[in-house]
Amino acid sequence: MSDPSTASIVSTPRAEQPTETVSPVGAPQGDRKEKPRGLLGDAWLDLRRKPLFWISALFILLFLLMAAFPQLFTSGDAVNGSLDRSLGKPSGDAWFGYDFQGRDVYARVIYGARASIVVSVLSVLGTLLVGGAMGVIAGYRGGWVDAVLSRVADVFFGLPFVLGAIVILTTFNGSGTSNSQWKIMGLVTVSLIVLSWPVVMRLMRSSVLSTKEADYIVAARALGAGTGRIVLKHLLPNCLAPLLVYGTIMVGSFIGAEATLSFLGVGLKSPVVSWGIMISESQSFIRVSPSLLFFPSLFLVLAVLSFVMLGEAVREALDPKLR
Amino acid sequence: MSDILVSEQSAPGADGSGRPSGRLLEVEDLRVEFRTRDGVAKVINGVTYHVEAGETLAVLGESGSGKSVTAQTIMGILDTPPGFVTNGQVRFHGKDMLKMSAEERRRIRGEGIAMIFQDSLSALNPVFTVGFQIAEQFRIRRGMSRADAKKRAVEMLDQVKIPNAKGRYSNYPHQFSGGMRQRAMIAMSLALDPEVLIADEPTTALDVTVQAQIMDLLGELQRERQMGMILITHDLGVVADVADRIAVMYAGRIVEEADVFELYRKPAHPYTLGLLNSIPRMDERGQELRTIKGLPPNLMNIPPGCPFNPRCPMAQPVCREKVPPLLQVGAGRASACHFAEELVNRD
Amino acid sequence: MTENIIEVRDLVKHYPVTSGVVFKKTIGQVKAVDGVSFDLKAGETLGVVGESGCGKSTLARVLMNLEKPTAGSVLYKGQDISRLSGGALRRLRRQIQLVMQDPYTSLNPRMTVGDLIGEPFEIHPEVAPKGSRRSKVKELLDLVGLNPEHINRYPHQFSGGQRQRIGIARALALRPEVIVCDEPVSALDVSIQAQVMNLLEKLQSEFGLSYVFIAHDLSVVRHLSDRVAVMYLGKMVEIGTEDEIYERPTHPYTQALLSAVPVPDPTLRENKTIIRLTGDVPSPISPPSGCRFRTRCWKAQDVCAQEVPLLEIRPGSDHPSACHFAEKREIVASYEG
Repeated sequence: MSDPSTASIVSTPRAEQPTETVSPVGAPQGDRKEKPRGLLGDAWLDLRRKPLFWISALFILLFLLMAAFPQLFTSGDAVNGSLDRSLGKPSGDAWFGYDFQGRDVYARVIYGARASIVVSVLSVLGTLLVGGAMGVIAGYRGGWVDAVLSRVADVFFGLPFVLGAIVILTTFNGSGTSNSQWKIMGLVTVSLIVLSWPVVMRLMRSSVLSTKEADYIVAARALGAGTGRIVLKHLLPNCLAPLLVYGTIMVGSFIGAEATLSFLGVGLKSPVVSWGIMISESQSFIRVSPSLLFFPSLFLVLAVLSFVMLGEAVREALDPKLR
Repeated sequence: MSDILVSEQSAPGADGSGRPSGRLLEVEDLRVEFRTRDGVAKVINGVTYHVEAGETLAVLGESGSGKSVTAQTIMGILDTPPGFVTNGQVRFHGKDMLKMSAEERRRIRGEGIAMIFQDSLSALNPVFTVGFQIAEQFRIRRGMSRADAKKRAVEMLDQVKIPNAKGRYSNYPHQFSGGMRQRAMIAMSLALDPEVLIADEPTTALDVTVQAQIMDLLGELQRERQMGMILITHDLGVVADVADRIAVMYAGRIVEEADVFELYRKPAHPYTLGLLNSIPRMDERGQELRTIKGLPPNLMNIPPGCPFNPRCPMAQPVCREKVPPLLQVGAGRASACHFAEELVNRD
Repeated sequence: MTENIIEVRDLVKHYPVTSGVVFKKTIGQVKAVDGVSFDLKAGETLGVVGESGCGKSTLARVLMNLEKPTAGSVLYKGQDISRLSGGALRRLRRQIQLVMQDPYTSLNPRMTVGDLIGEPFEIHPEVAPKGSRRSKVKELLDLVGLNPEHINRYPHQFSGGQRQRIGIARALALRPEVIVCDEPVSALDVSIQAQVMNLLEKLQSEFGLSYVFIAHDLSVVRHLSDRVAVMYLGKMVEIGTEDEIYERPTHPYTQALLSAVPVPDPTLRENKTIIRLTGDVPSPISPPSGCRFRTRCWKAQDVCAQEVPLLEIRPGSDHPSACHFAEKREIVASYEG
């Protein structure tokens, strides 16, 4: 059996049991004006106090803005350069300098955010959807369905990530093919999804398995609730927390993965602008002009870190045991 | 909260064991609060009690009354944070344990004071055999050899009446039934021959027939060893069977302390009275149960005056203003109620 | 005579014990419930007592049709509920409701009280038209002694006793005829427990409910029940009116059980005789032959190992008892002294 323990990124928030220390709240005496708040509300209260959360959220907001409206940040041209400025040093005109082809590095870094973020966010959404759905089906149905799905997941899990991505991408996006920018991004997204859904599925499956036996699910069954209601109203809301956290962290790692693939030359390609491509292009000039490597890497690391930190903060907020 | 009840008579049956009679363990004006995200919960608000050699003090209370937190503070296993001791002393043989070094306290744990828990499955380490866990104490604390320790551990298992002790030595906790596991835990806590045993709801998770066996066993071992025992429980039935003295806790305070017979005959606090009235009794099929109305107070927001006043049928204006101290009412008993005298003197 | 609302006949529920990961092999059966028959009359409370592992919770699940019985039948007004499915089963669910033991885990933490109590109406929309549901929920909250203003709160904002009231309101929403209570007060504090028990009694007389009241606490069961059934290792060993079981028990197990219950009166310490049972309850995978209690019984004879004692009235007794040597034992009822 695929062990559910591998997936214990977060413990599913249990119906928290007040210990002796927590006195019954909501005693009717007095008119305490408290707003109803669920566990997510509690988590939000917790998050609001974390500087880590605010810092990472701020960075993420910045990156999202960059991806959506790069014009806000730069008026430079990310695609066309003039060779006479080749490898120009950072200056007042071009804060991060110029690359080999004389393109404005600052503008390119800003415009590069879009590809990286679009690819990673889409891949994460896809992974969560595919993996989550598989996990729910496997966990809830159990029996042979679970056995088959788990074995399939194991097969995909066994594929080394980079190798698998290279194989998929060189097949569909090898040299000589001339796919459009969006098609390439689609291909990279699909390959990321295909290679990472098993992790989410295991996470979801174990989460569903532990929640499925909960008393409130039994209570709902006793009321006569159908499968749809049980899954949608009772199971999912109580299983989503770990997924939410994992998804946030995954955005960060997928930004990195996209860059890796682009660097290896199997992912996005020029004229698409992306951090991975920039890093890849800079390697020939690392001695001459290290800033070419430095700036895209800085943005990449910042973006990855922000998402990972955010995920970490959300995890702590959602996990009652860490409070 | 200064003039707390002192039971005058010396400990019964404290002789013959070679142990000093009198108070083994004293808790004085202990205050503990839990600082949480939502505020400060005053969990223990001035608890004073003591236990003598050979006697059983039952600490009776509902969840949230602070009875277990007191025990955790005595054992030094209070989670800090969120729990903080803000005042008071816990004296063992007259020495304040709260001021001791971690090393000194560790030495008292097990040899001086030991504790058994409600949930024996989580209190025993699942990856070691039960026997090993008992023997380990002899090896570490007594420096015994492996073989000697094993022999002693088997003896301990035998003392708690686990059949086929030798064979059971190498079983893992999950291979024991609930009752047997509780016995094993008793064996483990008694291994170093403690002077005081704190039993925190030792039989709550067990069935009645097994509960009877375990309580018998505890009583027997206590008599043999002249241990002082603090029995923490919510079960008025168990208390009636085994306790010598009872301390009733409510909202982090002791509201009544008395000899077991006196307390059941004539409770001197309306909370105790309410509790006794609200249990269904097996020897009668009553009509409606007389309940205590309302809920225990929110410990972050304990009502001013007597903490029980919002639920008390006898409450008067004074109860909302003044916290009643735990004062002596009659011989060997104390109550924290402004109207304790009236309760005791009613016919 | 009042009519029987539920009739249980020779109910058996076995769970297979399997080993192996891919190719599962059945290596035994947990005989959780093994041949249980009883009736529940309209408006009465039938208490079911027994220690852990006696099968009382499995019995509740089978009664609720959450599990299909291995054999035997549960008849609701003559209709075999385990053969129902689809619409018929949903209609039946309206009549039999469940109150669970643990108020902390039996309410979905992500739903407000209004959603929780309103859920039965969503599942059975024919009971209450959409517009009236919120006011119905408030009525129910009021009925179980909770503040209707708290309709938007979440379960974790309530104490254990209040949550159990929410659970009861939920079970009551569809105006069922039968409520199966599976240890409804055992997780609660003494003073709160009494409040909930009084509530259950009040609701019973108000709505003419029938209860199957499953508990391990004999005092609680006695307080609420009209008739009591005692279970041991998947079998019913004795059944009778509350008086017959508590005052004149004839099965040795019942006698031992009753004698072990601590009575909250220290003056009875000395003159109380506890029948001490030795050992533990045997495993339900391989229960003893013949009478299942014989391994712990002080009366056991050869016949007990060979013949399964039937649950029947024997000479010298006024109610059914599954013991070859059923007889009264005065000492058990001597608390009054």
